[in-house]
Amino acid sequence: MSLLRVTGLTKRFGANEVLRGIDLEVRQGERIAILGASGSGKSSLLRCLNFMELPTAGVIELDGQPLGRERRPGERLYRERELTQVRQRIGMVFQQFNLFPHMTAVGNVMEGLRTVRRMPKEAARARAEAELKRVGLGDKADAYPAHLSGGQKQRVAIARALAMDPELLLFDEPTSALDPELVGEVLSVIRDLADEGRTMLLVTHELGFAYHVATRVIFLADGTIHESGTPDEVLKNPRKERTRTFLASHKQYRL
Amino acid sequence: MRWDFASVFANTDALLAGAAGTLRIFAICLVLGLGLGLVVGLGRYARTKWLYLPATAFVEFFRNTPVLVQILWFYFALPILLPFEISPLAAASLGISLNSAAFSAEIYRAGIQSIDRGQWDGARALGMRWGQAMRRIVLPQAIKRMLPALTNRAIEIFKMTTLASAVAYVELLQQGKLIASLNYNPIEAYTAVAVIFLVFLWPLVQFTYVLERRLKRDE
Amino acid sequence: MAYQWDFTPVLANAPLLAQGLLNTLKVTGTSLVFGLALGLALALLRLSPRRAFAWPAGLVIEVFRTTPPLVQLFWFFFALPLLVGIEMTAFMAAVVTFSIQSAAFFAEVFRGGIASIERGQWDGARAIGMNHAQALRRIILPQAVKRMIPAFMERAIELMKTTTLVATISYADLLFAANEIAQKTFRPLETFTVAALIYFVVIFAFSLIAQQLERRLAVSGESTVH
Repeated sequence: MSLLRVTGLTKRFGANEVLRGIDLEVRQGERIAILGASGSGKSSLLRCLNFMELPTAGVIELDGQPLGRERRPGERLYRERELTQVRQRIGMVFQQFNLFPHMTAVGNVMEGLRTVRRMPKEAARARAEAELKRVGLGDKADAYPAHLSGGQKQRVAIARALAMDPELLLFDEPTSALDPELVGEVLSVIRDLADEGRTMLLVTHELGFAYHVATRVIFLADGTIHESGTPDEVLKNPRKERTRTFLASHKQYRL
Repeated sequence: MRWDFASVFANTDALLAGAAGTLRIFAICLVLGLGLGLVVGLGRYARTKWLYLPATAFVEFFRNTPVLVQILWFYFALPILLPFEISPLAAASLGISLNSAAFSAEIYRAGIQSIDRGQWDGARALGMRWGQAMRRIVLPQAIKRMLPALTNRAIEIFKMTTLASAVAYVELLQQGKLIASLNYNPIEAYTAVAVIFLVFLWPLVQFTYVLERRLKRDE
Repeated sequence: MAYQWDFTPVLANAPLLAQGLLNTLKVTGTSLVFGLALGLALALLRLSPRRAFAWPAGLVIEVFRTTPPLVQLFWFFFALPLLVGIEMTAFMAAVVTFSIQSAAFFAEVFRGGIASIERGQWDGARAIGMNHAQALRRIILPQAVKRMIPAFMERAIELMKTTTLVATISYADLLFAANEIAQKTFRPLETFTVAALIYFVVIFAFSLIAQQLERRLAVSGESTVH
């Protein structure tokens, strides 16, 4: 069942065309790893999917429903109200965590439930505490982000996204800003989510993790999908030259 | 309600005299204030307490007392201790300059301190003395950063010149008061004075915005 | 013959000075409260995408920052009553002038405060489905206000000094009281010295408190979300 369908997604920043006509279909339960060099458009792709950036052209359908309205051929209009609804259904985890520093961990996780879903405080808090426990931070509920390690902050960020019961999770390089020894605890949480059967798109440089967790791997170059396939196909036996070069540069200094 | 700007125009020479007075005291206080400020600022930057403590006392005192109080003190109180009179210009200039020196001292100090330690190291590694390093390497870089704040100070000084009217020094506001009392037209008189200040200061204020933007871009 | 200092006439008039100090604080406090409320309104107007709101607000802010406070005070005390036909006491003129002046200042601090909140906070808020108003209210403004507190204190201290201007329109603040006493007792040196010292002590105390507060704020809440 197609959860998300992207057709001809194009994104331009001024004169710079970052995404050039991406076609992508995400089915329920799929875990798609998105690889690519910096500037390949991977972040922009993710940010277009939950409309943090508005597509310049192309159509995005969620559960078969196209989003936005076609004003003129090739030009779509998006209403903020519709987009805020979409963002409740698609969760995002950022490289820089983007936790709210003036709220505790549980406050952060509760915030969406209280302000956006208008859940009563007690119910929201209970749910938030459950989510924090799920990511292994049950005892840090009342801690402020300033007192948490990078790995803990990211896990709170994941809990915050999960609290909204998203149908789809977007991870934008979730471990790239972490000290190496903290990466594992975050990947572990993402792994658990994968095992639960959650649908997710994961932009990452952790190739080993992608290999073990993803059901599909996409290599992005110059704003288009250069190569796509199973982890075995793309990561172990890439067909295209560019993919090979990219993977080789990542394996340069292996123990 | 009828606006009577005619009487204001009839008094243009009074306003011109006022403008001249404003510019004169502005120039004096700008030079004295920013000049003395540099000396005090260097004192605040010094390591030795014989320089640092007096400089700090100066800055703390003149930043935390109202300028008008100082002006009146210099005009009414100081002559008691001295064998001569203090003119309105002198009293107002002293008050405004000392206050501006105290504020600009901090601007200088912050600007100099913001220059990376490595610049000093580089200069000294070449064999420069402290004075040379300050003059050739540090100050030129610091001035660029201090320019927006110093320009703001200049604008404040310009606005403070109106305080001299409290001791009847002939500047723009004083002339405005004169015209208003002679012609019973405070609305036109004071509006005219306000407009003149706007004309003088608006370009300067816009210039500071340009400076601030340029600084932010270069950082 | 050296001058003989004599502070007794000044001390005899201590109640007058005390009342003057009280009036100074009254003007300062009232102007700050109004100024803050007005400043918030001005800032939101200024940030509005509608030019009909943003442009006049911007004009008010610019005019009040580009004209000397004393000219504004004289205008509000002498000119406005004739223009609008209302009675204006010195206190009212002072509060109106200093409120709008402070508001112009606060509006800019406010804008800067909101702009200083990193983009990632907007991202985090929108990613969980908040609209612009919710993000502003729950996430951006609470953080921005905390950053504004040092500027607010700085302005409060500045205002305490600026209020001496009301002496020129014969409002009985501390400076006016000092002037009266100096003329009465023929002891301007002692009187004005005492007045200067009182101002210094009060304002210096406030600025020390402000510094302490700033230090405390810097340590506690401001986390770097990295």
